[in-house]
Parts: sequence; structure tokens; C-alpha cells
Amino acid sequence: MSYVLKRTAQAIFTVFATISLTFGLVRLLPGGPVDYLRAQMLQQGGDLTTEQINRQIEAQTNIAVDEPLYVQYVDYMASILTGDLGQSTWHGDPVVDILGGAIPWTIFIMSVSLFLAFVIGISLGSFMAYREGSRFDVSSTVVALLLNSTPSYVVGLLALTFLAYRGGLFPTGGHYASGLEPGLSPEFLLSAAHHGALPILSMTVVAFGGWALDMRGNSIRVLGADYLHVARLRGLSERRIALRYVARNAILPMYTGLMIAIGTMIGGAVIIEEIFSYPGVGYYLVSAIDQRDYPVMMGAFILITVAVVIGIYVADLTYGKLDPRAKRGESRESY
Amino acid sequence: MSRTETSDFETLSETQLTRSERYRQLVDELVLAPARIVWHDWRARIAVVIISGFLFLGTVGVRLVEEPRTNQGGRLVGAFRTLEHPLGTTASGVDILSQITYATVPMLQMITAGAIFSVIMATVIGTTSGYKGGLVDSVLMTLTDVLLTIPGLPLVIVLAGVLPIAGNPYAIGVLLSINAWAGLARALRSQVLTLRDAEYVEASRIMGISTPKILSADIVPNLMPYITMNFVQQARAVIFGSVGLYFLGILPYNRTNWGVMMNDAVRQAGATSSATAFHWLLMPMLAVILLSMGLTLFAQSADRLFNPRVRARHAKTVGGDDTDEVSS
Repeated sequence: MSYVLKRTAQAIFTVFATISLTFGLVRLLPGGPVDYLRAQMLQQGGDLTTEQINRQIEAQTNIAVDEPLYVQYVDYMASILTGDLGQSTWHGDPVVDILGGAIPWTIFIMSVSLFLAFVIGISLGSFMAYREGSRFDVSSTVVALLLNSTPSYVVGLLALTFLAYRGGLFPTGGHYASGLEPGLSPEFLLSAAHHGALPILSMTVVAFGGWALDMRGNSIRVLGADYLHVARLRGLSERRIALRYVARNAILPMYTGLMIAIGTMIGGAVIIEEIFSYPGVGYYLVSAIDQRDYPVMMGAFILITVAVVIGIYVADLTYGKLDPRAKRGESRESY
Repeated sequence: MSRTETSDFETLSETQLTRSERYRQLVDELVLAPARIVWHDWRARIAVVIISGFLFLGTVGVRLVEEPRTNQGGRLVGAFRTLEHPLGTTASGVDILSQITYATVPMLQMITAGAIFSVIMATVIGTTSGYKGGLVDSVLMTLTDVLLTIPGLPLVIVLAGVLPIAGNPYAIGVLLSINAWAGLARALRSQVLTLRDAEYVEASRIMGISTPKILSADIVPNLMPYITMNFVQQARAVIFGSVGLYFLGILPYNRTNWGVMMNDAVRQAGATSSATAFHWLLMPMLAVILLSMGLTLFAQSADRLFNPRVRARHAKTVGGDDTDEVSS
């Protein structure tokens, strides 16, 4: 089986497993979401028949509770794969509509901060390695360690306190100024950047230190390698050595870390979105838990997972292009 | 071969250590040498001071400091104003120092549970998968990859919202590490792949030693640097995650927690917009940063603990091994 095929199957399987997991949580837990919804409906509308309650539950969770379990499962799978995530119990709207409008914003702040943290981290790290042992190196290491020990929400809360409330430099919530028409107009783009700045800043600040330390370590290892001496003896230009020999070999090992960071960043974005009242997927996930809005909660989780799976899938497939050594699939003897 | 003839494998060494000598050697190897190494590194020294400070707070501190309750002092006393309330008080007059102290206990329990859980899961799955290969490897690694891709914090949030977990710190620590072991398991597997064909492992295999025994005696000791580093990293992840989720008000609680304190400070006193309550928000933040800083520094210096050269330099065994003096 070719690598691409295998990797694709694995991505599909992950999505499949996640949806199955949410089905299990909704349906199989005693006292779980389905039981909760039923109890709530019995309490509110006194004269609803069991039939009506079951219909209502089905509309909200995509689970036909009066069918046998395997039929429920197949139906649930089918409806979610066709893009029907059910209906919010709190807002009354389809979950897809609520979350569909939110996910671009989450991806926006997440990808920008990931990109910035990676670029700043790599530049800083290689510079630190180049000046190894200098005062710049030592003080940068201390700063990087300190930032690395700080959760993004702490930076977020400090930024909110000083830059938004007291400094008045940035808004304290929302995607863009009210009254603006979403589109490609400069005012809208500027306003979106202004509103996204603090969430992006909070996630970037805590992340670049870790990248810098990784890059520093890798670069120092590469700088001592024999092939660099050979390259110098061959009379290659310093620029070529720095980019083609040092940078490339130091960055490649960090690629896996970058993929994992995609996953953890979305998790971090949940808390950041809540702090800045930034209505992304994480924001809706948290408010759904407060309101016990199970369909939105499960939908947000599925959507976040799919986004992460796609991100890692793309990153994984491009890795082979960057590093020709990354060939897999050689058979190994089993004991 | 007659029975009286002894084979080479049964001859005893001519120099034998007495029991007390052996114990002393063991203590030196397991306790004193690591302690000497740790004390040689400035990062480790700071780390040990910070971590033992929190351990002290969680064990002795709770006996020295009064339990937090309302009206221990005035409302919103600032930090470093009075000796009675060195870190100030909250809007309902609770002493912040006593809150920080009493929140340390469940935090340490959570960290321990989460870190132990993820390290054990990762070691068992990663080593078995890498060593056994074949079908076992494929199945375990598919499972690992699935868990590796599912975003951790959202998964924990959903589980905390659905599962009827009480505020048990051990359960929360494990819940927060529910898929954290996957990354380490992958890293360990690739390390095992390089070890499984080493001569001494092959020798054990030919001698018919069982797989669990080969794994625990021949393979895992080589992976200890990775495992320790990840133990500490996971401890930090549990701090970040638990404080964040307590701050959001998602995890159920029955005792004070730094995240709960931050939540109260923001929601009750508007600490982000009002200056008089800011210390209430700042103190738990500093506690989080300090503890995770201690753990990070420890992980950085723990690297040296497993370096055989550094170890040899600091070991003072009771005769026996001929220790080369490594120039320092």
C-alpha cells in the first residue's frame, strides 16, 4: 500500500473514530445527553407524548432513540457525514449554521499565531545558536524558558487587562467592529486584524520560546557536523551553507512538532477565545457546556477534530517533499 | 560433564562486598550521585528549590497557614500591604496566601496522577509496539495515531461536560492526560526500533527470556531520559490544562484551585478592568508560572542525570568499579 493511500485511510479512520466516540458519549452514557434531553422535555412540556419527545430528540441529536442501537449508530454516522450536526437546544438553529460561521475565525487566529511563533522562533533560535554562549544567547534562553512556562491564557488575561481595558488600545471582544459589512473592504480587514491582534499575540508569545529552544539545539548539533567542514572546504558561500546546510537540517526535525502544535493550538484557542469573547468554535464549545447544549458541544468537538485531522494530513503529505529521507513502509521482522 | 565440576558461570567473584557496603553503594548510585549532579547545574538548583518549595507548601504549609474562609481580613486588601495578609485578600475577605497554599495540595495530586498515567501508558504501548512489530505494532500505532490527532483539550472539555466526574484531583489528572501519552508512545517506539536489534537484546532473545522481561530489563532503562523529560512535560501540561479549565468553570470542584481563584477574581471583582482586584488575579498566575518554570528547568537539567559520563564523574562508589577520572 502506498504511503499516501495509507495516510488517507488513517485520516478517514480518525474522523470515523471521533464521530463514533461522540455517538457513544451521547447515547450510551447513563444520565448522558439523551437522558438529560428527555428529562428536560418531560419537565417543560407536560403533555408531550413519548413519540413527540423521541422526534424532538432525533431532530436535535440525530439519534432515533426508538430504533435498535445499530440502526441508531448507522443513522447518526450517515447524517453527520452528510453535514447534518443536529439542532441547537439553546439557539434553536442548526448546529452547522452556528459553527460554520465560527470556524474561519478560529482558523484565522490559530494559523496566524502558529505561523508567527514558528518564524520568530526559528530566526531567534538560529541566531542564538550562532552566538552560542554569548550574553545574548543566555538571556534569550532565560526569556524563552520563562515564556515557555507561561500558559497562553495568562498572557491573554494580562493583555486584556493592560492593552484592552486600561490602555484602551484594543477592543475587548468580537470579530470586527459592529456595523461593518464583512467583505474585502480595507476597513473590514483592518477591523478584523485589530480584533484578532490580542488573541494572536497571546498564543504567539507563549509559543515562540519553545520553537527557539528547539531550533537552537538542532542548529548547534548541525553546526558541529562533518559535512559542514566539507562544505567550507569546498568553498561554498556562507549564505548557501547557512540556508541549505544548517537551516534545512535543523528545521526538518521540528516538522513533526509543528504538526502536533496544530492540534494543541486549537485546544489553547478554546480558552483564549473565551477570554477575548472571540466567537470562534471554542467559544461556542464553552458556552454550549454552560447551557448544556449537547448538540452544539458534540458538533464543535467533531468540527475541531476534522480541522486538526486535515491540518496534520496536509502537513504529513508535504513532509516527504521536504525530506527525501522520510521514506516509510520498509517491512520489519516481528518477534 | 560430572556434577562436581563447576562451570565458569557458577564461579564466584573473589572480592565480595559486605551487606553494608552494598547498601552504601546502592545509596550512592541511586541517591547521592544524582543529587551531586543536580547540585552542579544552576538550572537544577533553581528547579529543586522551587519544586521543594511547593512540596513544602502542600505538606507543611497547610499546617502553618489558616484554612481559607470568608472575612479573614478586610475586603480586597492589596498585596504586600500588611504582614497579616502578605498576598492580600479577596472581595469577600479571604486570605490569598492561604488560598494559594491550600490549592497546592490537589494540584500536586493532579500532576502526579496525570504524569504517572501518561508515562506508564506511553511506555507500555510504545515499547511493546516497537519491539513486537508486525500486527501488534500496526494495531497499537493506529490507536496511538488516532489519539494523537484528536485535539486534547477540546476532548477533555467534552468529557468533563458529559461524564459524571466528581472533583477528585486524581481522576481529573488522569482525564487531562487521556491522550497525552500518544506523542511519547510514538517517540519511544522509534527509539525501541533502534534498540531491538542491539546485540545484547538479541542475546536475551536467543536465551529465551520473556518479552516483558526483555522490555523492562534491556530496553526501558535506555529510554529513561525520554521518560523523565516527558513526565515533567506532562506535569506541566496538567497544570496548564487544569488551571485553564477551572478558570473557564468547566471542571467540577470542591476545593480551592488557582484557576477557580482567577475565575472568581475576574467574574466577581472584574480584576481585568479594575486595579483594586488585580492582585487577586495575579497571585494564582504567578503560582502557575513559578511551578511550571521549576518543572521546565528540572526537565532541562535532568538530561545530565542520565549521561553516563556525568554520572561517572559524580559517583563515589565503595571500591569495585575502576572509575576513570574524567577531566572536568
